[in-house]
Amino acid sequence: MSSLTIDKAGPRRNVKYGSMSRDRAWALRWSYVFLTIFAIFSLLPPVYMLITSLKSSAEISAATNPWWVFHPTLSNYMQLLSSNQFLRFFWNSAVIAVLVVIITMLISIPAAFALARMKFWGSAVLATGVFLTYLIPDSLLFIPLFKMFAMFGDWTGIQLINRWYVLVLIYPTLTVPFCTWIMIGYFASIPKELDEAAIIDGASWFQTLTRIFIPVALPGLIAATIFAFTVSWAQFLYPLVFTTSTDQLVMPVGIITSLVKGDVFNWGQIMTGALLGAAPPLIIYAFLMDYYIAGLTAGATKG
Amino acid sequence: MAEVNLRKVVKRYDDVEAVRGIDLDISDHEFIVLVGPSGCGKSTTLRMIAGLEDITDGDIMIGGDVVNDVPPKDRDIAMVFQNYALYPHMTVAENMSFGLRLKHYPKAEIKARVTEAARLLDITDLIDRKPKQLSGGQRQRVAMGRAIVRNPKVFLFDEPLSNLDAKLRVQMRIEIKKVHQKVRTTTVYVTHDQVEAMTLADRVVVMNKGRIEQIGAPNELYHNPATRFVAGFIGSPAMNFLPCRLEEVGDKLNIRLTDRIAFPLPPRRAAQYKAIPRTDRLLLGIRPEHIAEVRPHAEAGIEPFDAVLDVTEPMGMETLVYFTLEGAQVCGRVNPNAGARDGAPMRLAVDLNNMHLLDETSGVVLGRV
Repeated sequence: MSSLTIDKAGPRRNVKYGSMSRDRAWALRWSYVFLTIFAIFSLLPPVYMLITSLKSSAEISAATNPWWVFHPTLSNYMQLLSSNQFLRFFWNSAVIAVLVVIITMLISIPAAFALARMKFWGSAVLATGVFLTYLIPDSLLFIPLFKMFAMFGDWTGIQLINRWYVLVLIYPTLTVPFCTWIMIGYFASIPKELDEAAIIDGASWFQTLTRIFIPVALPGLIAATIFAFTVSWAQFLYPLVFTTSTDQLVMPVGIITSLVKGDVFNWGQIMTGALLGAAPPLIIYAFLMDYYIAGLTAGATKG
Repeated sequence: MAEVNLRKVVKRYDDVEAVRGIDLDISDHEFIVLVGPSGCGKSTTLRMIAGLEDITDGDIMIGGDVVNDVPPKDRDIAMVFQNYALYPHMTVAENMSFGLRLKHYPKAEIKARVTEAARLLDITDLIDRKPKQLSGGQRQRVAMGRAIVRNPKVFLFDEPLSNLDAKLRVQMRIEIKKVHQKVRTTTVYVTHDQVEAMTLADRVVVMNKGRIEQIGAPNELYHNPATRFVAGFIGSPAMNFLPCRLEEVGDKLNIRLTDRIAFPLPPRRAAQYKAIPRTDRLLLGIRPEHIAEVRPHAEAGIEPFDAVLDVTEPMGMETLVYFTLEGAQVCGRVNPNAGARDGAPMRLAVDLNNMHLLDETSGVVLGRV
């Protein structure tokens, strides 16, 4: 009979007991690792752009370390900022973006308010429909739209193709559905009692919108504004298709068409132009971020 | 200030009838509380008075005018909501004056009214704060202030205290009563809490399944309920209901609860219930405070019996005792020094002078005076 030894400590269990704080520390460490990787991944291109924008054409074409500037120069900046053409692109982009934001807000805010609050027949279907239109990519739409505007020009004699303001008409097809959609969400999150209180206080629908909903949903409005601005600022396909004359171009298209001549790429100025072009959205983000994050509805109701 | 009258008011949502033809006359200065379980139609009724819900049928009158198709802002009413519904981006003063500013009142008058309401509600120090800087009780005061400054014909309260903790609720209840005593505006107040209803109301309207069960002063509802629903809803712990029947013993009338337990009815009650057929299935309704320990000098109509206690709940000023009688749980209230213990037998006495007799099938209280 074989002898049996009994382990007094009981059977060994292959389980590690971790404390909550250790778990949390572990999660934190890994999130830092991945965030760092992600930050490097997304920051490398702009850093490379900045480095290249500070180089002369000669240094760019010389086979030196691409990640270091040996003879920094601001000549690319000087040339672009003193070029009427570039300033024209910038101006066109700015005017279009501002007008598109205004048009988008004028349409989206009342639309979202109506769809979120005024219960009418088919409002839910309509709200979903608004969002579905956003899902149609612009690469599918640009040919029919071009045809439409060309026909419009033939019929009425009003030329819209190759005019910068045609973009003011086209961009809202991208911005209005999405902005309406996110604002429906913001408006729907406002407690119903708030508009009922306003209505009992004697406010009309319009006053309820302007004096209660817009101030309370300001973070949502700002998110929508940022979105509309960014979309119109960064659009490439539509301006490429609809505008051709140099004085009608917007920045993203203008940089490509004016700084790439045949197979000659003026890399220094392209990078400078792209950096300068990226500045306005960055500045807007920086200023509006606080509003964007602030939860303004706190205190309206319980909790 | 004005009267409010409801005439056969009906509210139907698709195929659900939330309010089934209610008639209610609220006189000027009166404080009316609509009370009932959730889904009884009390909030819908209030919202119809406010104009936030259309009425399917019937008439609502405020100050003698039919307001069925009058929009809320022209009904001259003010409403206080359960979740306060303060405008989060406005200060307390701006919240309170919003309605007056919309109506373009002179600035001086707005200021005077806001100051007066703030003083009345003791929120003068908070006037420049935003709602998120206020506690729940303070927010509810501001919501009341917003109603008061408008000086409307009618105040409507939709469960205003339900979001507050128990202690604050008691305090605010007293505040609301004080405010009403000062401003005397006709008030319709909705709650599911029968204590709030009893303490605040001039008259309580008990609602159930879209109908009014009974309208009456708090004490009347308590002592003289019309139906089993009202009898069971008003009062805490709730009234006990025990199956029983009447039987004649000589020229006297007995109420028989079980084969073993039967009590002779006191003469006044016997006269009251004489006409009820002996064969009917009845319920004895008796409030817990009318089942107590046996006292040495019992009055007429107080009948002793023995029970084995299941559970006792010491409340400090009294002890609640629970026992089972023919499968029904019964609650009594005894003196804390009466020696009630879990699982122990106890000699109790029921006060039949305060009993109610109900028809088991219809739930109607019989022989009401």
